[in-house]
Formats: sequence, C-alpha cells, structure tokens
Amino acid sequence: MRYIPHTQEDIEAMLKTIGAASVDELFDGVPENLRHRELLPLPAALPEPELRKELTELAQMNQSVSQRKNFLGGGAYHHYVPSVIAPLVKRGEFLTAYTPYQPEVSQGTLQAIFEFQTMVCELTGMEVANASNYDLSTACPEAIMMAARINNKKKVLVARSTNPQYRDVIRTYFHSLDFEIEEVNFGSDGRVDADDLNQKLDDSVCALLVQSPNFFGVIEDMKSLGSKTKDLPALFISATPDPLAFSFYSPAEAGADIAIAEGMSFGLGLNYGGPYLGLFATKQEYIRQMPGRIVGQTEDTKGRSGYVLTFSTREQHIRREKATSNICTNQGLCALMASIYLSLLGPAGLESLAKLNFSRRDLFETEIKKTTPNAVVFSAPKFNETVVKLDQSVAQKVIALGKDGFLPGIDLSSFYPELENHLLVCTTEMNQEVDIKMLASRLVGA
Amino acid sequence: MKSKEGTVYKQSRKGRQGFSINDRAVADKNISDYLPKDLIRTNKARLPELSEFDVVRHYTRLSQQNFAIDTNFYPLGSCTMKYNPRINEETSSYDGFANTHPWQYQHTVQGNLKLMYELGESLKTITGMAGVTLQPAAGAHGEFTGLLCIRAFLENQGNPRKKVIIPDSAHGTNPSSAKLCGYDIVKIPTGPEGIMDVAAVAKVMDEDVAALMVTNPSTLGIFEKNIKEIADLVHDKGGFVYCDGANMNAVMGNVVVADLGVDCLHFNLHKTFTTPHGGGGPGSGPIVVSELLEPFLPKPVIKKTNEGRYVAEFDRPQSIGRVRAFFGNFGMLVRAYTYIRELGPEGIKQVSDMAVLNANYIRARLKDHYSLAFEAPSMHEVVFSDKSLKGTKVKTLDVAKRLLEFGMHAPTIYFPITVSGALMIEPTETENKETLDEFCETMIQIAKEAKESPEKLTEAPQNTFRSRLNEVKAVREPVLREQW
Repeated sequence: MRYIPHTQEDIEAMLKTIGAASVDELFDGVPENLRHRELLPLPAALPEPELRKELTELAQMNQSVSQRKNFLGGGAYHHYVPSVIAPLVKRGEFLTAYTPYQPEVSQGTLQAIFEFQTMVCELTGMEVANASNYDLSTACPEAIMMAARINNKKKVLVARSTNPQYRDVIRTYFHSLDFEIEEVNFGSDGRVDADDLNQKLDDSVCALLVQSPNFFGVIEDMKSLGSKTKDLPALFISATPDPLAFSFYSPAEAGADIAIAEGMSFGLGLNYGGPYLGLFATKQEYIRQMPGRIVGQTEDTKGRSGYVLTFSTREQHIRREKATSNICTNQGLCALMASIYLSLLGPAGLESLAKLNFSRRDLFETEIKKTTPNAVVFSAPKFNETVVKLDQSVAQKVIALGKDGFLPGIDLSSFYPELENHLLVCTTEMNQEVDIKMLASRLVGA
Repeated sequence: MKSKEGTVYKQSRKGRQGFSINDRAVADKNISDYLPKDLIRTNKARLPELSEFDVVRHYTRLSQQNFAIDTNFYPLGSCTMKYNPRINEETSSYDGFANTHPWQYQHTVQGNLKLMYELGESLKTITGMAGVTLQPAAGAHGEFTGLLCIRAFLENQGNPRKKVIIPDSAHGTNPSSAKLCGYDIVKIPTGPEGIMDVAAVAKVMDEDVAALMVTNPSTLGIFEKNIKEIADLVHDKGGFVYCDGANMNAVMGNVVVADLGVDCLHFNLHKTFTTPHGGGGPGSGPIVVSELLEPFLPKPVIKKTNEGRYVAEFDRPQSIGRVRAFFGNFGMLVRAYTYIRELGPEGIKQVSDMAVLNANYIRARLKDHYSLAFEAPSMHEVVFSDKSLKGTKVKTLDVAKRLLEFGMHAPTIYFPITVSGALMIEPTETENKETLDEFCETMIQIAKEAKESPEKLTEAPQNTFRSRLNEVKAVREPVLREQW
C-alpha cells in the first residue's frame, strides 16, 4: 500500500517500544465480541494504472457540457474557468492545510480569506462578510435563523420564484423548529406579486427572502421589495444565484439586511452540483449573530500586521448548543478559487462578462421571438435565463434536441404546475451564438 | 522568503486585468443598454486590478506562509491530517465528472450516478448499515441530517421527543446540531476510565430522549467498550444511537459499527477518506443509517435498477426532504471513491491498524514526559493533560507554539474541554517512524525546556511568519475587511 510507509522492521521496533506483541493487541480496548475479524467484502484494491482506467471509464459514461450544447442553469452556471485557478489551489500548502487554528503558520489561508471577505463586501455592498457557507441552498436557512435570532419572530416569507431546491432545503431545516414558512407568489411579469406580498407582510414576519435574479432569470425590483420591510421588524434577505449579477445589482443599495449568494460562478466549475460556495454578508450591527468563520486583522507581538480567526465566541466549538450555527468545516478552498477568479477579473472583467451574458440572452430572446412572438412568457428584465413556453411537452422536446447534442433546459412543470410545457433556458458566455440561434429556431414552431 | 505580502488590493493598479475573454461584441455597450437605470447599482464593486502573473505570484507567496500536510507534520487531533493522494485530484478533474451539470437528465450522467451508488455501497459495507445519503456538505451537516431522520421516524410514530444525550467530551458540533433539530441537550460526564458510564446513561435515559450521540472511539481516543450495553439501554426506551464518525480512521476494517448498536453515523470524507482539507473545506459528510431510518433519508437516494441502470429516486414520501441543493459535494465523492478503490479491503484495515500503531508509539514515547489524560488504551490518537506542566511557568498553548518553531504543526489543544490543558495528538497512518521519532524527541526537549528555560516556550514562536497574534485586539478593534 503506497500510502503507508511502515516496513516490517518499523512495525516490530514500534511494537517493542509500546510493549505489545502484535498490532492486533493494540485493539484490546475493543471487546472481543465487537471485533470484526474477516476482511470486508469491498471491491479488490486497484493499482494506479487500473484505478485511472476505471475512473476514466466511469467519467466517460457521462456526457459533459464540453461535449454538448448546454443550456442548463438553475443555480449552477456554466462560466469559463481560467487556467491559473487549478494550479494555484492545488498547491499543497493551500490544498492540504486545515482551518487556520495556529495563525502564526497559517497566514496564507488567513490573508486569502480576509481578501475574500473584502471582495464579498464590495460585491454585495454590505459591511461584513464571513469566510463562506456550504452553498446558497444552505445559506438560505442559515440567514433565516440569523434573522430569527435578531427579531425573535418565526414567520418567514419566501418568494415562490426562489429556486425550488433552495425552498426544499428551507422546508427541511425549519420543519422541526416550529417556524411558519409561507410563500409569496409571482405575478404575470415573473416578479414577486406585490399584492400577495402586501397581504402577507406584517409585524409578525421574521424575514422576507427573495432570490434575484430569480429562478426564471427575472431581475426583481429589490429596492421596492426592500423598502417594504424597512419599517417592520422583518429582515430583508437577498439571495443571488449567479454573482455576476453584482455587476449591476447591490443588495446593500436595495436595503438588504443579509445578502447571500452562490459563488460557484467564480471559477469553481459545475462539478455536478458541488462543491460550491455560499457567500454570506450582513450589516456590522449583526455581526455577532452571523454564522460561520470570520477573519480579522490584528498585530503580532512585534507589531507586524497579521490575521486571525475572530469573533469565535459565536461558534460551536466554544458555545456548543448556544452557537449561531453548527458549521465547522466550510468551503475554504472554494473561497480561495473565487478570490483568485475575482483578482483576475477585476472591475472591467466583471462588467464585460456581465454584458456578454446579457447579450447572449438578448440574442436568444430576439431569435425565438422571430418565429414565436409570445414564446417568452415573463416580461420583466432578465439575466442569463429565459422561460419559454413550448407547444408540446418539455420531455418530448428534450429527447428530440438531445439527439442533436443539446441539453436544452430545465422542465418547470414539476415545480410549478401552472408552467406546464415551460422550459427554463440558460445562456452564458460559454454558449456559441450559432448554437443559441439553432436552439431558438428549434424550440418552438418548427 | 518575503516576510510580508501586501494584500491583493494593495497590489492593484488601475487598468490592469488578468482575465482573457472575447468581449469585442460588447465593447461599445454599457450595462444600461440591457437594463433600465433604476435596476443598476450606483456604487460599483471595487475589485483588485492585476495581471495574470501578478495574481499567480501573490497567491503563490501566500501559500508559502502556510503549514500544510504536504510540508509539515500536522498531528491535529480529531482532524485526521493524513496524506491526500494526488490521483484523487486527477480523477475528480476528469471532464466527464468536473464538467457535468447537476440538472442533466439521468441517462446522460450514468457515470456520476454509478460512482455515487458504488461509493454509498462501500460506506454501507464498511459500517454494516442499510441506507446511505451523500448529500450533506460536511460532518456537522451530516449530524444535522442524521438527527432529522431520527426525529422524522419518531414524529411518524407520534412523538418526536425532546432531548438528546451528549457526553461532555463531544465535539461542539454535536450539541449545536441537536439544538438545530429542536432538541434540548442532556450532558453526561465522562466516567473515570475516560468513557461513558453505563449508569450515567441509565440515569438520564427516558422516553423523552430521542437519541444518544456518541463519538467512538471517543474524542479522547478511547474505544467506548460499553457501547453495546448503552445502545441496548437507549433502544429499550425507544431511542436511537447516533455515532459521530469523525474517528472512523481508528476502526474501519476492524470494527463494523452496526455491531455496536449504532443506528446512524456520519463520515467526514475529508478525514477518513483523504479528500483535502483545503484550509477549511470543502468537506463532505455522508451518513449511513439502519433499516428503520432508511425511508427518512434526504431525497434523492441513488439506486440501481434491475436492468443495471442508475437512478436518483425522488419518490420517497417519508423523506425529510433536501438538506442541500443537488447531490452534495460531488467532487469530494469522486476523490473518496478513488481512495476506497485504491485501498481495497486489506488497505482499509491496514489504514486503521497503522493509525493505531502510530498513536500508540507516540503515547509510549511521551507518557513519561507528559501526563496521560487517561490510562485506558489509546486508539488512533492520544490525549495528554497539562498536569506535568503544573509548577512550571508554561501552559499547553506555549508547548503548541514552541512546536511551530521546530517546523511541526501543533496538536489540537484545549479539546476535549473535559481535560485540563488538553494536547490531542493524532499522527495518522501515513507518517513514517522517522517523523514520529523527530516529533517525540522535540516534545521531550520541550518538556525539559518547560522546566529549565520556560521563556523559550512563552516567547515562541519567533521564526514563523508571524509571532503570536493579538486576538483581543482583533475583537476590540475589528478590522474584517480591507479599508481605504
């Protein structure tokens, strides 16, 4: 076994020092009736050449987006991953360190997180950010629980246009906690239905969580939504699935109390849904209620600037059941990937990438309207994603287009019964114009 | 080596850019060409501006300010800092895995589903359990998921119950996860042998208790030898036994946890199965459960059909629902699967054999120089208290800081909280005897210095990138982001 260094002589010498006759004897603390003496019926060990072959073959059983024309989004966006990210994060010094418990020998990780926190604050406009959450789906319930710690309320309003998987996660988290989760419907333009919201929003509400751009790609009027909670105890939680949207949208300017986002777009790659990266930011006054690790700047005994994990008294290893969250391990390396990505991108890159994404979606909408003017159902402004009404079932269409190499989009009918035959199509800078045109021409009418 | 690396913002110069993309088509456009003005932010995000090479050098330099498994012995107890095989990094980056989309139709991702199914089967085999989910994103998330399954089962029977019993030596995540599931915590003390006391459990076990959470081997590195008796006690009153699997590296291949009466266990793939710790994640926290709890697992559950196809099964009416979007930290699952396939059944057993040998070797070499917290046999880690330091001018913290000067990461300190000034040492199986010897000799020297020249400890570390950092100042005058 190449990962284990022990020679027979080592083992014998070590046993002698220990004063044990055999390695087996070292397990004497385990009662005999609980010892397992047979080998486990696991698949036989593979040497590296066979291992590589086996994993290569497994990977080849999949159709990757690099071989297909991918138009799937829905919380996982196919953006370009620059080549320098992998070699940097795969440096052993980053890859194989752990949570920086000994700051004197972890300044690399700590400074990188400090820079990450700064970038998240800049993107969201918020005052403080943590070192990351698992992803956006789990950041949603974490943000709601944080709101509940601040205002002690238990009724939560969630926009129904929020990713259905995120809403599932919210329901799972709060099922046992005696919270009331109520959904706010969307209107005919694809945005939150203001009347429905006005009816449901009152003094008893803990938080209003709205995703923008929402699951339909529609950009919500977050400023107007934020103003509704302003004079109420309710906190306004802004959730952003593709953080490229921060090129034009600032949660702070919309009045968000907590801004959360999915960071996978920033150089992480699709990875079949994970690992991803939860961005989490809030106002300074709420810092002690924020979940997750936080890095702060301080000085060493020689007066040199340095970084440490701070505000730890919020955390499980100190506060145990009174902690703000049970999070211990988060998404450290993913936060590093996002930091590297954003350092490469800069403000100009962020803007041109956003414009490219807008233009690709515009092209798709223009093309599809050529043949079917009313195929695009929601009228409000959109980013990256478009809901298209088909004239047949999505399943049939997907199979037909799949034969020509398309992954055409997400079938909305199982999440929104009223959207039967509706397809959610995502376009990013990775979609070639020729493919966008071809998809548009083949989706409806033809 | 450069002792100071300015932040990425300090190195920013207006007009530089390290990103390459064909944006000619939109060069003359503005965001306002696509959006009404009132939807566009007033203050733009300030991101740093650097060339690609500036970025590469900055992050390379930062990396050099870290201790890591690859560069230093890293005996951080409870964290299982073992070698992370590079083949895992290679396989997880294969196009077929890394570039698949989580909304893809199942017939286009049979390789992913097969890998998840097979990994799940292996985790079931290693533990002897009936069901598995790979969805939880980290160990603590797995604890939460497992407890929710227990709660759902009990709720289904008419009463979710009110309490969870947790030993005082448990990881902080245990009580925190139980609280998150709506339970009150009943803390029980560690017995005189360093393990749970059967009588102490019997005293608090009643029909209001949903579960007992146990870490086995315990955070003291000691096998809970009364576990079966305790499990029977808990089961008799209709409760469940949850096992924190953080220490599976000590027992896999030698103990099958189903035999212990465990109903649910989470793995930390970043501990036991060598997925990299990444400076604090991503982790991955699959859970395995008994037959009773299987219907309550998060959905989807990955199944194999009679025709040999792999499917994500969503039609699970009793499921607790999703605990995370998509399928969990899939990239970590590829790494763990690769590792298990490399090891095979002999390798799995050899891992825990050698992990236990290494810990006991350190114990044997250090027990006359430091005070063992408990005399009971050690498994994969050994815990010392600060008793031997009493009467000197140094604390456990000083021992840890002095170790850094010798180029070794400190053990976990002050945990478990039940041991005064705990030093928790977990060498793992991938360290060779020479490294262990060097560590032990250094520790012995430090013990001597503690008595003869304590300032060497209290002023340490001097030769690291920074000396001790002022944590009080960090809280009193918080600077949590770059300031302009």
